[in-house]
Amino acid sequence: MIHFVLLISRQGKVRLTKWYSPYSQKERTKVIRELGGVILNRGPKLCNFVDWRGFKVVYKRYASLYFCMCIDQDDNELEVLEIIHHFVEILDRYFGSVCELDLIFNFHKAYYILDELLLAGELQESSKKTVARLIAAQDSLVETAKEQASSISNIIAQATK
Amino acid sequence: MKEYIIRLVYVEMLGHDASFGYIHAVKMIHDDSLLVKRTGYLAVTLFLNEDHDLIILIVNTIQKDLKSDNYLVVCAALNAVCKLINEETIPAVLPQIVELLAHPKEAVRKKAIMALHRFYQKSSSSVSHLVSNFRKRLCDNDPGVMGATLCPLFDLITNDVNSYKDLVISFVSILKQVAERRLPKAYDYHQMPAPFIQIKLLKILALLGSSDKQASENMYTVVGDIFRKCDSSSNIGNAVLYECICCVSSIYPNHKLLESAADAISRFLKSDSHNLKYMGIDALGRLIKISPEIAEQHQLAVIDCLEDPDDTLKRKTFELLYKMTKSTNVEVIVDRMIDYMNSINDNHYKTEIASRCVELAEQFAPSNQWFIQTMNKVFEHAGDLVNIKVAHNLMRLIAEGFGEDDDTADSQLRSSAVESYLHILGEPKLPSVFLQVICWVLGEYGTADGKYSASYITGKLCDVAEAYSNDETVKAYAVTALMKIYAFEIAAGRKVDMLPECHSLMEEFLASHSTDLQQRAYELQAVIGLDAHAVESILPSDASCEDIEVDKALSFLNDYIQESIEKGAQPYIPESERTGMLNISNFRNQDHHEASSHGLRFEAYELPKQTVQARIPPASLASTELVPVPEAMYPRESYQTTTVPSVSSDAASTELKLRLDGVQKRWGRQTHFPSTSTSNSTSLKTVNGITQVDGSNTANSRTRETYDSRKQVEISPEKQKLAASLFGGPSKTEKKSATGHKSSKPSSHMVKSHAPKSSMEVASEKTSVQQPPDLLDFGEPTVKSTAPSLDPFKDLEGLLEPTTQVSSAVNHSSTAAVTKSPDIMGLYTETTAGAHHKDSDILSGLSKPPMTNMVGGTTTMQVAQSSKGPNLKDSLEKDALVRQIGVTPSSQNPNLFKDILG
Repeated sequence: MIHFVLLISRQGKVRLTKWYSPYSQKERTKVIRELGGVILNRGPKLCNFVDWRGFKVVYKRYASLYFCMCIDQDDNELEVLEIIHHFVEILDRYFGSVCELDLIFNFHKAYYILDELLLAGELQESSKKTVARLIAAQDSLVETAKEQASSISNIIAQATK
Repeated sequence: MKEYIIRLVYVEMLGHDASFGYIHAVKMIHDDSLLVKRTGYLAVTLFLNEDHDLIILIVNTIQKDLKSDNYLVVCAALNAVCKLINEETIPAVLPQIVELLAHPKEAVRKKAIMALHRFYQKSSSSVSHLVSNFRKRLCDNDPGVMGATLCPLFDLITNDVNSYKDLVISFVSILKQVAERRLPKAYDYHQMPAPFIQIKLLKILALLGSSDKQASENMYTVVGDIFRKCDSSSNIGNAVLYECICCVSSIYPNHKLLESAADAISRFLKSDSHNLKYMGIDALGRLIKISPEIAEQHQLAVIDCLEDPDDTLKRKTFELLYKMTKSTNVEVIVDRMIDYMNSINDNHYKTEIASRCVELAEQFAPSNQWFIQTMNKVFEHAGDLVNIKVAHNLMRLIAEGFGEDDDTADSQLRSSAVESYLHILGEPKLPSVFLQVICWVLGEYGTADGKYSASYITGKLCDVAEAYSNDETVKAYAVTALMKIYAFEIAAGRKVDMLPECHSLMEEFLASHSTDLQQRAYELQAVIGLDAHAVESILPSDASCEDIEVDKALSFLNDYIQESIEKGAQPYIPESERTGMLNISNFRNQDHHEASSHGLRFEAYELPKQTVQARIPPASLASTELVPVPEAMYPRESYQTTTVPSVSSDAASTELKLRLDGVQKRWGRQTHFPSTSTSNSTSLKTVNGITQVDGSNTANSRTRETYDSRKQVEISPEKQKLAASLFGGPSKTEKKSATGHKSSKPSSHMVKSHAPKSSMEVASEKTSVQQPPDLLDFGEPTVKSTAPSLDPFKDLEGLLEPTTQVSSAVNHSSTAAVTKSPDIMGLYTETTAGAHHKDSDILSGLSKPPMTNMVGGTTTMQVAQSSKGPNLKDSLEKDALVRQIGVTPSSQNPNLFKDILG
């Protein structure tokens, strides 16, 4: 099972965190600091896996962003590596060539996408299309809500004139 | 508000405290607008843990939302359920989630499944009645739901394999459909059909097929198909391949699949990508349990990985080495491990590697001398991270030595231990556990060989006690050691003069805050005041191994009690019958006597390993630890025969007790595969024995040669040496390949006639010299059984030259089963007539255990089966005994122990 997902920038800044196992706020900061130190200092040619406190951390670098997932000792590392890539591909498709700024300004959307992909620390959906469809459905709902809101505010604005 | 909450999430993510806003997020999920509600749910799942106080406010809303007709609301609620619902609140939402399993939207069904999976992880009892639902969902129309269902099923099957055997067929057919691209295109990933689902299915099949021949047979075709279809150029293809290898190594072995797995592994290892190398090493570690011989062809790759700058890869390689350690290569491996251990400062991993070193050293140590030296190194560098039990084991080994019949070797061992410890004491900082061992050994044997004077040793001990003045345990050990040395001196009739620093130390201890230290100091004073005879009876020299009879009924007090009762004291009423009126003075009297009696017997408790000989092992312990161990003792015994060839086998029986703890674990893991039943091993023969060897050994050696010769140019001689010592024979073959397989000439089949030609040969020589006793020894404990020899033989396969195997086999059979040796010899001479090349092949085939068995006749197997019974039970009993004594010091004075053992 995946224990947490972590996105850190090359400077060690946190871009996204999702915890599937309980960690207190203090532990979280400690984990991020520790792993940031380990992962950011690894050379480019080394393998993408790190042993860490009896768990394994699989990470992959995309531009200036490191995607890390912490998994159990007996999980398949290559699979997790591909899950990361899968996630990135979906983000890419959604944002249209995703970059770090997209994630900073729309990190809640990244969370929604992650929620469709992983649930309770397991991969729940491996089809990009299905994820994209669900996210689109949610977004269209948001749009209609927005329209409604704006039309109501228009009505109110007109009424108060 | 929504924006604020999102910003709050961001603040929290950056590691600041945002708890003041949690309640607003909780309020947001009550909102009617879906947009706001969804943000609220997102925020609470990120903010709260399942044991947070606010959860109780959320449950009601979740219940309402689960009933909503908008499936997006339901989805949002289900996401929150997965994260937030804890054990207590499961019943509140459970019925609704079960209803949702039949929801028309597949997204909802999928999430409901995942939620149930989460519930199962949290408290398996709460959803145990719903297991059938998972089975039903497996047949869901939507592949996404089916894929999600595999997650909970994997967990369920991990916990209880047997009740899901009926699903094997359906899993196999699903896997087949997936591999044949019957799923919608949307599930393809990098041109692979639904690889994530494939991986999950393979994992499940690995569980279901492990040591189940029938189930495994169903899987062979489909796994083979996947092997063929996997595209090894893409990452995901390799992930699936790796999972296939895992599956193959876990299910009942199939020759063809093993071959393709070996192929895949060699592709992994030869690739340039570190990731693939890592996976290859890992896969090799899995497969090596089944077919040890595949390691040979990869030895150089493995050694490259060992010297790689990548730490992760290095660790993985150590894990592999740990798995393939034998008595022949233990020294090299443990040395390497210790070197590496010194170079890292990650405590977590240091502990792990230290315990592995200890385990390997205990299990395979070629000599006690080496064992003690290795232990010293481990303690020195990772002392505080090692289990205290290891220290006791070491003391015990020094105390018991080789065995009863060889006193000179014992004393040699001890004096060398004393010497090395005196040397080590010069180091500035030592771990506490190690100091305890040192103190104990110095106290017990410091003056035993007369090399060092008592005052020298006591001086050293005083130094220790002073230098580590804040460690009470060490001080306690030191005082006891002092007491023992003085006692030995008095008993020997010499005059004792205490060193001045010793005096001051005693004074300090007499006024110590620790009652334990105080008592020890007083005891020391008392002992010094006694005359030689009394001292000798209290602390006899070198008696740490004698068993001490502890009179639990305290019968020696009977007279005193009688006397007191006659004088009018009240008789003792057991605590259970006591009503409240108690005669305190009476109890105090008794207490006092108990304490004093312990004071005198104190020395006995020093070494917790040997208290009373408890003949009855606790039943529960024996039943849970049902791992057969008999074979595991051989490597240990083997040494005895090498040094003292004429040792009688009864010496072994006392030795056996020594190292069972480590051994047990090791074997438990190894024997896991064909569960050692007769039927299994017969069919295994065909896999591992004849077919495999005849076919692949030629192929192997050929590929090995080409591989080696290609690499030869850039490989330094050290590396080859290392390879030789790690992997035993093969590099020797490689060396000699120019002259053909001459090693199989009949003249050289006695190993000792080999003259060491090069350093490399020396290394492999070592292996061959060590091996025969290994085999010799099987004969001893169970004379007529050859079945236990099956496993050790297999161990040898990968490591040894054909010659050694044959010679050892001959050796073996001549001692163990006399009837067999002529057969082998006959066959042997027959084969030598053949051409050299062919000759070696047949020979290597011959020397495999299955062949030997066939020669000897299959009846031996049955005999072995029956004779295994008592043997196994016996060893279990012994093991239980050792465990009991080792772990829980069963004494009457537990508090004292707590102090000593910490």
